[in-house]
Amino acid sequence: MSTALAPAPAQAQPHAVLTVSGLRAYYRTSLFGINREVRAVDDISLEVAANEIYGIAGESSSGKSTLIRTIAAATKPPLEVISGSVQFSFGDRDVNILRARPRELDAMRWRNLSYIMQGSMNVLNPVRRVQQTFVDFAFRHLGQTMPEFLRLVRDHLARLHLEPDVLEAFPHQLSGGMRQRVTIALATICRPEFIIADEPTTALDVVVQKGVLAMIHAVQRELGSSIIFVTHDMAVHANLTDRLGIMYAGRLVEEGRTFDIFGAPRHPYTAHLIASLPRLGDTAPKPALPGTPPNLAEPPAGCRFHPRCPLAHARCRREVPEMEWVAPGHRVACFAATPERAA
Amino acid sequence: MTGFPLYLATRLGQFALVVFIGINIAFIVTHATPINPVEQSIAAATQFGSTSPEAIALMRQSLKELYGLEGGIGAQYIAFWRRVAVGDFGPSLSAFPTPVSTLIGRALPWTVGLLVISILLTWTLGNLLGGLAGYFRDSRSLRLAGIIAMGFHPIPYYIVALILLIVFGYLWPVLPISGGYMMNMPRELSWAFLGSLATHSILPILSLVLVGLGGWFMGMRSLVSNVVTEDYVTYAELGGVARSRILASYVMRNALMPQVTGLAMSLGAIFNGAIITEQVFGYPGIGSLLVSAVHAGDYSLVLGITTVSILSVSVAVLLIDLLYPLLDPRVRAR
Amino acid sequence: MWTVLRDLLRHNRQFAVGVVLLAVVIGFAALSLVSPYPPNDSFVVPPDVPPSLAYPMGTTSRGQDVFWLLTFSIRNTLLFGITVAVLSRLLALTIGLVAGYSGGLIDRALMSLNDTFIVIPLFPILVLFYFVMRDHMSWGLLALMMACLGWAYDARLIRSMAMSLRQREFTDTAIFSGMSMRQILIGEHLPYVLPIVFSTTMNNINWSIGLEVTLSVLGFTDINTPTIGVLIYWANQHTAMVAGIWWWILFPVLLVVITFVGLFLLAVSMNEHIDPRSRLGRIT
Repeated sequence: MSTALAPAPAQAQPHAVLTVSGLRAYYRTSLFGINREVRAVDDISLEVAANEIYGIAGESSSGKSTLIRTIAAATKPPLEVISGSVQFSFGDRDVNILRARPRELDAMRWRNLSYIMQGSMNVLNPVRRVQQTFVDFAFRHLGQTMPEFLRLVRDHLARLHLEPDVLEAFPHQLSGGMRQRVTIALATICRPEFIIADEPTTALDVVVQKGVLAMIHAVQRELGSSIIFVTHDMAVHANLTDRLGIMYAGRLVEEGRTFDIFGAPRHPYTAHLIASLPRLGDTAPKPALPGTPPNLAEPPAGCRFHPRCPLAHARCRREVPEMEWVAPGHRVACFAATPERAA
Repeated sequence: MTGFPLYLATRLGQFALVVFIGINIAFIVTHATPINPVEQSIAAATQFGSTSPEAIALMRQSLKELYGLEGGIGAQYIAFWRRVAVGDFGPSLSAFPTPVSTLIGRALPWTVGLLVISILLTWTLGNLLGGLAGYFRDSRSLRLAGIIAMGFHPIPYYIVALILLIVFGYLWPVLPISGGYMMNMPRELSWAFLGSLATHSILPILSLVLVGLGGWFMGMRSLVSNVVTEDYVTYAELGGVARSRILASYVMRNALMPQVTGLAMSLGAIFNGAIITEQVFGYPGIGSLLVSAVHAGDYSLVLGITTVSILSVSVAVLLIDLLYPLLDPRVRAR
Repeated sequence: MWTVLRDLLRHNRQFAVGVVLLAVVIGFAALSLVSPYPPNDSFVVPPDVPPSLAYPMGTTSRGQDVFWLLTFSIRNTLLFGITVAVLSRLLALTIGLVAGYSGGLIDRALMSLNDTFIVIPLFPILVLFYFVMRDHMSWGLLALMMACLGWAYDARLIRSMAMSLRQREFTDTAIFSGMSMRQILIGEHLPYVLPIVFSTTMNNINWSIGLEVTLSVLGFTDINTPTIGVLIYWANQHTAMVAGIWWWILFPVLLVVITFVGLFLLAVSMNEHIDPRSRLGRIT
């Protein structure tokens, strides 16, 4: 089928902690006699190595949130996984999380795979103190007595420069930024191999954002975990991620090292995203892309970007471009970027 | 002033307002009508014979005193409030010279007991079942329980009580259908007496529970369906928190809070239901007292019961309102 | 509004069942127009006859045909319930819309008033009302009284809807274009509020009929007009249960239960349909 996972020849692939193959996840609804299938994640394959921050960029309704929800095996009807596999490699264990049994999943959750959620507003139970939340999430994994566990938590908080009295607080007593930092502390207490971060800095003001990003960076360096970091904010990707994947309308359109992508974006959409970033001293007006993101229940034929693409030609309207390697560690799915492979 | 003291002040203010408006309504209803209760009572008393004009005049004067209808409307208003404040509504006409407050005092504990037990049962059971039904949406037994509960819910208290009366009084007479305890049993602290108390309260409580269950069930089920979509529940599921912990401390606990407020709001309606049900089963609470008072033309007693009803419900609502901050930590900080 | 009703009828089983039940009841009430006996005449048929071919629901101890008497009773009961519901809609809509739209002090004052009427136990007050009115009690007066007491719960629901409408952009547009509050409420907001008004009307009819039946059974209303409650009152007066004349009580109870359940199903299904979150929940 596709050569999506074939590595470029002269490149030693580091050990992959996460391998996603051919993942398809659709929303299937049937209401008042109308059936709909929204193809939110349509044939996505990617790999995340150990000790790496992998960013996923794209506008809203590109399918980013659906993708990571599927990776975390947190799909609920009407979201269904149609095909594909999500393979995690934790130490000595390899597990396809989509096929794992509930008990396996429970053992993995938080211990090997944790999650930092978007919107610090509401992720903590409003009627439980922070300490009780820590107990709920992590006590069963760290297998110690309660006093020892609490000492562990306090040490962990101290390392992340959080006051220990935050444990006694209720969530509504903390500021938004504080809540997000507590969530990061919560997500890292079991030292998981893999952390999924879903827009953790959206809804925070820039100053707080900087602090939170610094915290994530420091924690990742200390734990050596891999992180998938989802955000639409390209500036954050530039600052934080090692590799970057660009999503559009449920598909991955470009992927590579962040440095390479920002330096030489190959997909017209990526180019536009990067060009829209304001730079100091740059006063040129930024044109918006014509059109709107496609309706994923009835996506356009061929390349999903072609209605808005300045480089679209006949082939784009007919065929779906596959991911092709254009440089070591850099792939793109675009007929304009890979003309030599034309039929 | 923030936090709990502010909350307390607001609640007390609301309580005062409810009592004020309620008692005023009672006053308006009795004084704004063209009907004169004194004349009514005299007409009823002199129906079947001839009474001398002096006797009638004497009756009129005593009744006016009795009913607090002397003087202009202003004086009557003040006299009315004084009676309420002191708790003295004068002697009862039908049980002369027993004071109205004594009669009410005897009957009120029965009603309160009935209410407390049935509210505890209905509220906890309804919320528990509804919560489980909202969480385990595919459970057939819970869905069945829901249909049964909701089947009884729209039916008014009187009809359900009547149906129970017919079923257990005539079709399958295994339970006593009237009175608070067996007649002529000595009122002492013995097992026999307590047992009799229990069996006589089964039907009234059952009647109240059947009607009330559906409301809490539906409310909790919809609340839980919404809470389950909240971020903190999704996050706990992502975190692999134990299912039982999520159900209890994340879902039910948060969904329960509006139900406490709901309880305060429905107390008036539940109270109505209780006194109606009492009447069907001849349970010696203020419901039966009210109906017999109306039939006996006992103005002071009816007015007294109305006033006491308003006061007791308002106090109960205030108590529930004051319990709420214990459950919701966010209120303490506001 | 009509498309909503049509969609509900086609796809929501609860709603469909409710409509069917209600149609049965209304059909029954309509039969009163062709009744061979006027409602208040007694001893027009042999008394105490059990249900048979000639008298499908039997006859009462006062020599009335239960079937035809029931058509009048349910008609009067329904008319009463609808009257109270309509009257209290006026109050509930006015107070709810104004409170939700105005916000601030007016909203707080109105809601304090509203909560007062929710808390106060209405039954004793209605009994007190009957007590002082006695034989001068009429249905119109009772309906008016109940409407004045029973608007509170629904006003609160309408107010929440009004509050969310207030935030919407089209309201700001209307204000900037110079529309008065009254114009905005009636012209712009009312159509959105109608589905919730529909559902609360069903509930309100249930409530008022329930209260009417209760009051009538105790004899606290005008017992010369046949309604369901009055029918049961007379049955009790003639000790129908003890005398074994069960059909005098069973059929009115059955019919009124059908009415309650039908109205309830309509209200619940409409409510579920309006609440967007429950709609999302039903997609799964």
